[in-house]
Amino acid sequence: MEPSDLERIARQIRLRDLQAVYEAGAGHIGGEMSVIDLLTALYFRVLRIWPDQPKNPDRDRFVLSKGHTACALYVTLAKRGFIPEDEIHTFLQPHSRLNGHPNCNKVPGVETNTGPLGHGLPVAVGMAKAAKLSGAGYHTYVITGDGEMQEGSNWEAIMAAHQFRLDNLTLVIDHNRFQQGAALSDTNDVAPLRPKLEAFGWRVTEIDGNNMHEIVPALESRGDHPHCIVAHTNKGHGISFMQDTVDWHHKVPNKEQYEIALAELSEAL
Amino acid sequence: MNAPVNTPRLHDCRDAFAATLERLATQDETIVAVCNDSVGSSKLSGFKSKFPGRLVNVGIAEQNMVGVAAGLANGGRLPYVCAAAPFLTGRSLEQIKADISYSNANVKLVGISSGMAYGELGPTHHSIEDFAWMRVLPNLPVIAPCDRIETAAAVEWAATYSGPCFLRLSRVGVPDLLPEGHIFELGRANVLREGSDVTLIANGTLTHRIVKAAEILNERGVDARVLNLATVRPIDEAAIIAAARETGAIVTAEEHSIFGGLGSAVAEVVVDYAPVPMKRLGVPGIFAPTGSAEFLLDEFGMSPTAIANAAQALIKRK
Repeated sequence: MEPSDLERIARQIRLRDLQAVYEAGAGHIGGEMSVIDLLTALYFRVLRIWPDQPKNPDRDRFVLSKGHTACALYVTLAKRGFIPEDEIHTFLQPHSRLNGHPNCNKVPGVETNTGPLGHGLPVAVGMAKAAKLSGAGYHTYVITGDGEMQEGSNWEAIMAAHQFRLDNLTLVIDHNRFQQGAALSDTNDVAPLRPKLEAFGWRVTEIDGNNMHEIVPALESRGDHPHCIVAHTNKGHGISFMQDTVDWHHKVPNKEQYEIALAELSEAL
Repeated sequence: MNAPVNTPRLHDCRDAFAATLERLATQDETIVAVCNDSVGSSKLSGFKSKFPGRLVNVGIAEQNMVGVAAGLANGGRLPYVCAAAPFLTGRSLEQIKADISYSNANVKLVGISSGMAYGELGPTHHSIEDFAWMRVLPNLPVIAPCDRIETAAAVEWAATYSGPCFLRLSRVGVPDLLPEGHIFELGRANVLREGSDVTLIANGTLTHRIVKAAEILNERGVDARVLNLATVRPIDEAAIIAAARETGAIVTAEEHSIFGGLGSAVAEVVVDYAPVPMKRLGVPGIFAPTGSAEFLLDEFGMSPTAIANAAQALIKRK
């Protein structure tokens, strides 16, 4: 699939995500809007996956470590055929399998349960190491938030990935510069990320994480080391009044805001 | 003049663990050992020399160790995570909850040197909270074998069980209690001695102590039942209810805090189904003073004689 097609799908996913968050009255819309282009490129171009065989041992592994943006993952999985598209209506409803953080035992296509931050990357290291042990050809991808890189467990995993020479592992950091309560720069600034990862022995690529022409080649890039993509993104990308404001970490738009956002995203379709 | 004492040979259960794991790994190439610079303390030297590529040593990084194990299981490997119990369960508790228990990852967690095995090293190195932390997690059987035979049986069982579990092992020597060839059954208590006056329940390093306590009680004319309750979860409710109804009093003894451990688990069943007087022996909710594990168990009232005395005091409350 070409970047222009991926851009179209990403806009559709943004629109459905907005609707789902508005209907459910909860979600993490800012970080969902920042990560949707990355998810779209993975699920509609890069990942070797079979929606009708979610446990196929040869599948590429993908872990959404920033599990609070589950709604964006659910919409993407639905659009890709892992779950019914009309099931998105159940997001956060009683007994829905689509709760606020993804559950691998209920939702096909989810590899491991995430939610508490700093969990996805260690698990992804284990997945990549397993492929090295078995000779399997799958590639492992994991997306973390940038605030999430404040968790020490991530740096344990970063050291291990280098030690294990995991050239079959790609870490994408959704670098939208905001965490729940404030800008990273006002909290515990992990930037600049590139020199830190390089010092730990990783190959690092920096891209515009909301630009398909940069996302696709970065995700498809292979080398001799574990690969980190520092994806510079915008929190709330695609919705003008949400963009780059800390307020929209998990705020829910009111009716007026929803109409404006809907119009902006629909116009882009 | 005292009769000659026949001192039984004591075994470090880590040896049985390591030998069994090496044997299983020979048969099953998916088995990997995951550790945190704990090759020596987990007795993995043999595994390392036989299967060097299958020893995944993450260094001193327990959170990553447990996450990596979950990922290895996702990728079709069968990981045994081998690490000192206090750091495995305490440092990586959230990883065990989210990555292993909630995700239902097929990972075998092996807590070595549990309880107060690191006695003199002090409370930072004691693992007297792990029953409480582990048994509250869904999908996670919690098992504390009582001797080398049950250890080997449990390690073998774990390989055939589809799902995670927590094996709580010690380094403190214990005598053989179960017959050679014993097959481990999850959630099944072993009656080591029949009795009708009181029931003594323990697991791990305490089982041989309650066996001796029962012998002391027998000399005093008290007929004590002895249950080895290796599986703390899922617990053998039927054996506990039968013990309560048929003997009318239950003493538990554990190398763990009396809060949330084996005694608490037994008490939950007793309260729900067959209330009888109980005495829970263990560490009484404090950080232990300096001393070896054996010294501390005696210090906290778990010498065989003290256990026998506690049983007799309890019987008076029936």
